[in-house]
Amino acid sequence: MHFIKLRRIWYAVSLAVILPGLISLMVRGLNLGIDFTGGNILEIRYEQEVPVEKVREVVAAQGLEASRGIQKSGGATYLIRTRHLAQEEQDKLMAALGSLGRYQVLRNEAVGPTIGRELTQKALLALAIASVLMVIYITVRFEFKQAVAAIIALLHDALVVTGVFSLFRLEVDSAFVAAILTILGYSINDTIVIFDRIRENMLSRKKGESLEDLVNASIWQTLTRSINTVLTVVFVLVALYFLGGSTIRNFVLAILIGVISGAYSSICNASPLWVDFKLLERRSGTREARA
Amino acid sequence: MKWEKLLILALVVLLVGLAAAASFAPIWEQSPFLGKYLPLIKHVNLGLDLQGGVHVVLEAKDTPEVKVTDESMKQLKAVIERRVNQFGVAEPVIQQQGKNRLIVEIAGGNIDPEEAVRSLIKTAYLEFKTEDGQTVVTGADLKDAIESKDAVSGEVRVDLTFNPAGAKKFADATAANVGRRIGIYLDGELIQNPVVKEPIPNGKAQITGYQSLEEAHTVAVLLRSGALPVKVEVAEKRAVGPALGSDSLDKSKRAGIVGVVAILIFMAVYYRLPGLVADFALLIYALIVLAIYVAMHVTMTLPGIAAFLLSLGIAVDANVLIFERLKEELLVGKSLRAAIDAGFKRAFVAIFDSNATTLIAAIVLYFFGTGPIRGFAVTLSIGILTSMFTAITVTRWLLHLVAGSGLVKNIKAYGAGVM
Repeated sequence: MHFIKLRRIWYAVSLAVILPGLISLMVRGLNLGIDFTGGNILEIRYEQEVPVEKVREVVAAQGLEASRGIQKSGGATYLIRTRHLAQEEQDKLMAALGSLGRYQVLRNEAVGPTIGRELTQKALLALAIASVLMVIYITVRFEFKQAVAAIIALLHDALVVTGVFSLFRLEVDSAFVAAILTILGYSINDTIVIFDRIRENMLSRKKGESLEDLVNASIWQTLTRSINTVLTVVFVLVALYFLGGSTIRNFVLAILIGVISGAYSSICNASPLWVDFKLLERRSGTREARA
Repeated sequence: MKWEKLLILALVVLLVGLAAAASFAPIWEQSPFLGKYLPLIKHVNLGLDLQGGVHVVLEAKDTPEVKVTDESMKQLKAVIERRVNQFGVAEPVIQQQGKNRLIVEIAGGNIDPEEAVRSLIKTAYLEFKTEDGQTVVTGADLKDAIESKDAVSGEVRVDLTFNPAGAKKFADATAANVGRRIGIYLDGELIQNPVVKEPIPNGKAQITGYQSLEEAHTVAVLLRSGALPVKVEVAEKRAVGPALGSDSLDKSKRAGIVGVVAILIFMAVYYRLPGLVADFALLIYALIVLAIYVAMHVTMTLPGIAAFLLSLGIAVDANVLIFERLKEELLVGKSLRAAIDAGFKRAFVAIFDSNATTLIAAIVLYFFGTGPIRGFAVTLSIGILTSMFTAITVTRWLLHLVAGSGLVKNIKAYGAGVM
């Protein structure tokens, strides 16, 4: 299999994966959690089972049309989401819930609307800063065109993960931003290993060896490593996903999708794109020479 | 076989085994001396998502009367610090964020997070007012406030002691108001309205009428810590109950063990002898990282555990890169020794560049995030740096030792010919 000659297919596969998510993103957006929108999450566990309708009644009686519903998760555990409540409102709600029976507070989170707005800005800023720093690093250690190709591959991974989260209405919180940054770190790691091989092979490039063949050979030489590394990370992530508890499930899922997408984009997008950039440069170069 | 090298190898395995036992195994818990320090893992700080606790962001608000200034923020922080210290939990975090916010983190299963937050944001502005509405003394004039319960009558009260200036003001006011009432207000609410029977020169007063000693204690703490200088609101609150915390800890531990065992088996099966060496290096890596966590007082959070497990992946990756190179060098026909050195040398550039970019992401994450996410960034960074170290020093040394001992000579065992 020649990775570079088949690159149109890889690009098409990437687009096929990204497009549905992208459309969903534009049409429906993301299912933003309270970290972004502001709001309250109260997770409680009753000592005895309480019917979900009762809980709903009590919440409604507080004048709180639980904006995103009430979720029952196993036994007598309830997740109650509401708009952002002031401390007194929370106290009243918690007292009212006590009328249904004794319960234990597992989690109580309240995020004011200003915090949410700031988080969005900070998240975008963090992503931008990380990308710029990576471009600088790769430009210094490799070359600018490779930096651009690597960043496009990263954008690919970010879009795949965000798209999947939008398509399946998975909740996006501040941990999601951390997941995206981790994915960028991982994916670029894969890309760099291949670029490193290309850099090395360029030094001992035989006369007449085409760029396509050289890059293809580099990808093949690093392929086992790429697959094995992803596999080891996937082992851990799958274990965390199934056994790690619900609190970090979405976080782990995001990284899992991202790591797999990252391995794909490193092999099938970053290096082929760089080849395209190089060929483009050569073509425009000859045109200039003619003129 | 070279017995000398073999002996060193056996010694290393024994030492690492001992270190591992000292770090993770609860076998010395009974011992009075060692039990205090071992196993090392119990000294890792747990974040509030793993042991329960509360993270609050308090926002100071301008009011028509009081504006938020740097000075008032400083006072606010001091007051909040005094209040938090009353909870008696280890290492609470109180830090200012931006111009008008305070982050407070209180970890520990023994406090009621809701109650804690409630008592943090109480203004606790105490005033003594005469009948014509004149303020005589305020909480700022207090020297001390102590709750007590009368052994005979069972009456619960808070005893107030004014500082000298306050005592003077209080003495003058009581002298001028004998037979009239002086109201005691807390946060503008009248809590008691006693009649002054005689002048009180000693600077002492009481508030009575509490239901329980706990209630009185809360008020006494608030009064002792002083009133908040500005209006404060809760901008963000994340409270985790101890049940959820320990549940998360148990589950992620179990998941971690399963994931790690899978990695170990995979490495040994796929890379054979070097895989076993890498597994051993991974154990050393885990021990070093644990020691760093303890030495640097790293707070372990739920995302932090995920980061640690991910960093195992990074550590393995460095080894994979090296072994793939080693295989290639062996296939070219180099001697084992030369192949190991060449493999490491050529793999190092890739390891360095790829980890540097991951580190960039982790550092940006550190500055972007707070709380658990910051813990994630710290653990990831420690992991990246340590894995670089162990992969290129420990694994290399071990491989040389194994190769030098002559224990295994067949290069197939080093992966050549596999795949």
